[in-house]
Amino acid sequence: MTGLTIAVPRGALMGDTLDLLDRLGIDTSEVRVNDRKLLFADVGIVTMRPSDVPIYVEAGAADIGITGKDVLLEHPERAVYELLDLGYGRCTMVLASVAGPDPGAEALRRLGVMRVATKYIRIARTYFEETGRQVELVEVKGSVELAPLTGMVDAIVDLTATGTTLRENGLVVREEICVATARLIANPVAHTLKAAAIDDVLKRLSAG
Amino acid sequence: MASMHPTPSGTRDVLPDEMRELRAITDAMRQVFERHGYGEVWTPAIEYESVVGRLDGAGAGGGYRLFDDHGSVLRLRSDITVPIARVAATRYASTEPPLRFCSFAHVYRGVKPGRGQMREFLQAGVELIGSAGPDGTAEILTVLCEALEAAGLREYRIGIGDAGLYRALLGSVGVDAPTTDLILEALVVRDLVRLGVLVRGIGLDAATTALLLRVPQWRGGAEILDAVPEHVATDRLRAVHGAVPPEVARRLIFDLGLVRHLDYYTGAVFEVYDPAAGMPLGGGGRYDDLVGRFGRDLPAVGFAVDMNGLHIALAGEERGELPL
Repeated sequence: MTGLTIAVPRGALMGDTLDLLDRLGIDTSEVRVNDRKLLFADVGIVTMRPSDVPIYVEAGAADIGITGKDVLLEHPERAVYELLDLGYGRCTMVLASVAGPDPGAEALRRLGVMRVATKYIRIARTYFEETGRQVELVEVKGSVELAPLTGMVDAIVDLTATGTTLRENGLVVREEICVATARLIANPVAHTLKAAAIDDVLKRLSAG
Repeated sequence: MASMHPTPSGTRDVLPDEMRELRAITDAMRQVFERHGYGEVWTPAIEYESVVGRLDGAGAGGGYRLFDDHGSVLRLRSDITVPIARVAATRYASTEPPLRFCSFAHVYRGVKPGRGQMREFLQAGVELIGSAGPDGTAEILTVLCEALEAAGLREYRIGIGDAGLYRALLGSVGVDAPTTDLILEALVVRDLVRLGVLVRGIGLDAATTALLLRVPQWRGGAEILDAVPEHVATDRLRAVHGAVPPEVARRLIFDLGLVRHLDYYTGAVFEVYDPAAGMPLGGGGRYDDLVGRFGRDLPAVGFAVDMNGLHIALAGEERGELPL
């Protein structure tokens, strides 16, 4: 037990995160077998989608949390402290388009603007500004891979772990934007008022 | 069904039940301020951009600008400190310092609205101008604690650090200016992962690297100040600790990584935390160069408390609700 409320991401990061909490001596067995329950008060765990983790931690509903760097980059306005790179959940943010001659480059050359679909509007906007290219960003919520296949956009910016989904949809990586791993974040108030408990977690994670 | 006549995003109406409570809190705090000689002032909600410049822009998340009928750019105030610095330098240009002011005023910031984060919100601000640290800082912390207690807050603590500490530490081990700026950028937003990458990349010896990684994570009692091989900033903090009364000292938690966003801070900085609220209720620090930018070179220190955040914390403490 840590005496802390911990926001745990559901989805791809969940397994590694629960393994990590096991190493802290937290009993995660109930979380593992219970797919629908969200709050495990006995062990101080709340589960949620990764993009909600900074929201709960910023508000103090959780003291610490684990989420992907991609989420933190997309929401820099969240006032949370980023304490540790946990190393797992490694993904790459990429610019991808359909195989063959790059439709993105072609659009930029002939039309001056590339249409790009993404869930990561801020990361994409920053990247294209930094690289001096004009783009029209289309925000989509579901499978981004569909957007270039229908001809709606010239390219996508999306997160990929193995590249399998991109390949299966006939897309190729054109540029790597950044690498994202799981991060431990903390609420600023808890970071000070519960310093001993948080430092203890950090110490054990760094040692492990 | 209520018809659709919304107020702008991040603003809201205050109705009588809430207003009575808010008024009771502000009255209690105002009495403390007045008792300590902090006279209340009002300043315009709009100021010339050319006068307040971008002084208050840094951590304020954008802001609101408008034009007057002469085409001058106006700004809605985004904090209380800068207007009071202007008042002190211009209306009290030859008055013997120290000068003491308080103000209750709405400030405006282009933040993303959420619980406790409005675009228009009421701040209680107190500024002590012309009294150098550590005595001035100690006085401000004392007034802050008394005001919070008068409002009825019980469980709060004050996190205190020094805006110049980490910069001095980096300078003392010979880190160049561009790298220092990058590291401080990471420290301000408490991105300790990026800070770690930058610090390890400098190529210092293991002990120095370990120290630079440790300091931003170091919170505790005054004894931690003695463990840091830096003396200007830690001496300032030790002196503040020595100058406050015991009931204030027991509220302090030293946080060597605390920098705060606004770049006008020059020494001690502090934030108010309460276990019943997820976000800091306010904060402040020393801004010894700010009044000078308006033409009167006086050291200064002050704080601002977010009245809505304080109200939420009071209600939470009352319910015995300690989410943290």
